[in-house]
Amino acid sequence: MIPERKLSSTKKAVFTSTSRLARALAAGKKRLGIGRPRSGSGLPARKSIVTLVWVRRFAQTFFFALFTWLLFETTFRGSFASSESSVRLPYAVEGFLLADPFVAAMTLLSTHTIYRGLAWSIAVLALTLVFGRVFCGWICPFGTLHHFTAWLFPSRYGKGTKRVESNKTHERRQRVKYYLMVGFLAAAATGSAIGGLFDPICVAVRAIGLGVIPAAQYVAGVAGQGAAASNIRPLQSASDVTQDFFAQAVWQPKQFYFHQTWLIVVLLAAILFLNRFVPRFWCRVLCPLGAFLGVFSRFALFGMEKDHAKCTDCNLCLVHCQGADSPQGGVKHRQDECHMCLNCESACPEDVIKFRFLPKRVSTTREPDLVRRTTLVTAAAGAIAIPASRIADVIDANYDKRVIRPPGSVEEREFLERCIRCAECMKVCPNNALHPAWFEAGIEGLWTPILIPRIGYCEHSCVLCGQVCPTGAIQKITEKQKQGIGQKPISIGTAFYDFGRCLPWAMSTPCIVCEEFCPTSPKAIWIEEVDVPKRSPHAQENGKEPLMEMVHVQRPHIDPSLCIGCGACEKVCPVQDAPAVYVTSIGETRSTTNVILLENTSYTSGKG
Amino acid sequence: MLSPPQTSPLSRREAITRLAKVGLVLGSAGAIGKLAYDRGGMDLARGGSAPQTRDYRETYPPADLPQMAIARGAPGLELDPKAPLPAAAPDPASLVLRAITAMGGMKRFISNGDIVVVKPNIGWDRTPAHAANTNPLVVAEVVRLAYDAGAKTVVVTDASCNEPGRCFQRSGIWKAAYDVGADVVLPSEHRFRGMRLGGEVLHEWPVYKALVEADKVINVPVAKHHNLSKYTGAMKNWYGALGGRRNRLHQNIDVSIADLATFMRPTLTIIDATRVLMRNGPQGGNIADARDVHIVCASIDQVAADAWGCGLIGRKPEDMPYLAMGESRGLGTRNWKSLRVADA
Repeated sequence: MIPERKLSSTKKAVFTSTSRLARALAAGKKRLGIGRPRSGSGLPARKSIVTLVWVRRFAQTFFFALFTWLLFETTFRGSFASSESSVRLPYAVEGFLLADPFVAAMTLLSTHTIYRGLAWSIAVLALTLVFGRVFCGWICPFGTLHHFTAWLFPSRYGKGTKRVESNKTHERRQRVKYYLMVGFLAAAATGSAIGGLFDPICVAVRAIGLGVIPAAQYVAGVAGQGAAASNIRPLQSASDVTQDFFAQAVWQPKQFYFHQTWLIVVLLAAILFLNRFVPRFWCRVLCPLGAFLGVFSRFALFGMEKDHAKCTDCNLCLVHCQGADSPQGGVKHRQDECHMCLNCESACPEDVIKFRFLPKRVSTTREPDLVRRTTLVTAAAGAIAIPASRIADVIDANYDKRVIRPPGSVEEREFLERCIRCAECMKVCPNNALHPAWFEAGIEGLWTPILIPRIGYCEHSCVLCGQVCPTGAIQKITEKQKQGIGQKPISIGTAFYDFGRCLPWAMSTPCIVCEEFCPTSPKAIWIEEVDVPKRSPHAQENGKEPLMEMVHVQRPHIDPSLCIGCGACEKVCPVQDAPAVYVTSIGETRSTTNVILLENTSYTSGKG
Repeated sequence: MLSPPQTSPLSRREAITRLAKVGLVLGSAGAIGKLAYDRGGMDLARGGSAPQTRDYRETYPPADLPQMAIARGAPGLELDPKAPLPAAAPDPASLVLRAITAMGGMKRFISNGDIVVVKPNIGWDRTPAHAANTNPLVVAEVVRLAYDAGAKTVVVTDASCNEPGRCFQRSGIWKAAYDVGADVVLPSEHRFRGMRLGGEVLHEWPVYKALVEADKVINVPVAKHHNLSKYTGAMKNWYGALGGRRNRLHQNIDVSIADLATFMRPTLTIIDATRVLMRNGPQGGNIADARDVHIVCASIDQVAADAWGCGLIGRKPEDMPYLAMGESRGLGTRNWKSLRVADA
């Protein structure tokens, strides 16, 4: 034995901390319900179920982390690839959208095709056919966010009876998502993938990518400025190191801004806040993807069996029920609402709930309980919404000049058939050029991508928006196609000069930054060399009019046959508030009517 | 604690406490008002007035060593566009080595433990063949020589015009410099600091912190055509030291360039003229616009370097207003032939 005084102080510390750790672990176990006596008959849950509940928690954490990481990686950070190699993202950052069967179904109805990677959604459908809505309970990052939020803020309705009541099936409320789904699918069939406004993955990418991440960057930037102004060296360098890390791993070196993004963020906050009243309100009431999977979960091979006779109505199953799918005895289980979280079986102290393959379906309702008339009315509403929105003067007549679509976009009608407003293109755009439209493209075009050159221009050699677009609204073009190497380049608009504001034109002042930045070769901006009079700003001493002098300036002109509408000229124009050169959508390659030049006009090829 | 019954009179202690609390709140408000009182006026926000210029030149340039060295890969190429190209293109790195060796070696400029900033032109999303950015092999060789001379850290950086990630990658400079151990820094908002340039038109501008916190700065521009200033090389390369809205500088480009060259005086200027963009500058875009010249020129005088460089695209130093301004401000001489020039 070692006499105690011979133990070094460090060893003592280790011993103390070990015992502290053991105590903390014991406390944790108690809190998690391990080792706590179970109520009622106290029958322990099956080992397999207890394990699966933990596997589910890890899966949720993993998929949420994966989603967040892919969102962070939805940006170009540069690489050591050679000068000549084409710039692409190394990962399929739009993976969660590709696996989204609701997106696949909408675009299948609108375009009659399954675009490329969307075939992955069949895997999620297959998973649903075997296990039910495991996507909702185990995989969906937005679902996990709600699961977490509902756990974090249950304050008022989080305890006892109120909590049990809030987790009981609420028929009228939970039908809403099916009607939404039906309406959106009908709208897709009549030509608009507008359901992307409500698709959970789209909502998550849009709200986190365009709202939460830029806001966090803004706050970090303000903190960084504070640190820089503090003149405390260690604080400054620590701040620089932190900013570098975030700029390289989370966001990008430049602060991004997004057009009218406040509503997107407010809606996210509102949806999350609703968890305070009804846990997973979004998943149970609004989510059209959940409804879509709910429709297919009727075929699931895995499901619940209940032994009603053994139920003591302790309601423990309802305490942590995610889907509000009636796990308790005495009523039928709602398989279409169940997220397969397995909390109910894990909690049940009797021998009532059993999840198994090929269960007897006597105590299960498998189909959504819908009112046929309401279903038909919502379908009709969805179907007429699109033509109704198009009688407004936004597409066919008075097409808005600000609707500058990303390069490689398909013609506007087909674009609306495909675009699910997921905001992947806006997130990936390295110049912060793409923004969620407000009402520029009509109510139907809300949050579809438009280019706002004053905030950022379209980088000449960049085709990343097409790479990440999951539905082909922006096609996967190559640099050669975009820049027009050996072919006609892709144009997204045309630049125009406001001669009244242009420095060489109106103020006899040299400038031509626009010409310098024009990326085409030969340049679409050409220069006219002129000598023009300029008045001296000072009156002569004898009170006579100020003197005139001749100055040499270069006056810029646009060649519309070469302009690709990238907006670099507008971005760099020094006339800050209303630039002297600006881009409008006219002359876009994708349209045969929104053109200026006769040689680009053709009524033979397709619509538009 | 129970409150005293209503009937009993207020105790002295209680009354004093209440009065003290009121006094404390009022006093604090008054103190804050006094300390934070804003007198208004338009000029209060302005800081000091002394220009914060940066002079990284040698204190005493040795009289026996050249002030300029020109390493030519093949004779006559700079003057005659039709001159035959050498059968084997000379390695840009070897041209850098020859020029620096002729100047007396990198040890002349760099001491042990120096933090050296190498400032190439990484302005545009163009590949080396377009000659809009400095040749990556030239940058890498400068970095290598700086490390060999004892530099502690060599930073390679520029504030690009196009999207920086793309410029750094596609110029080839990111990889080339990283491979020889340089600390390649991409521009980011927190890397700039407002400084008083004290120029004629440039007053307060955000400046790249790396460039003002270095021990030595080596300017490694590419010589090329520029539609507004006609030729751009060493002096105009300092545009890349600035953040903010540089697009306004063009309204008075010559004075802006002279102001920047007054603010930043590098240890050494190495002009990359291995391949020169002859028209459609500064970004070019057509490989046919560039021509192989195979020259690297090193100089301790940035005005002289540009006076030599503008000849590459057929300009005379007398026709370049910003060179005249540079000379009259005492930044250097346009008559580069008057310097001790070594033919490396």
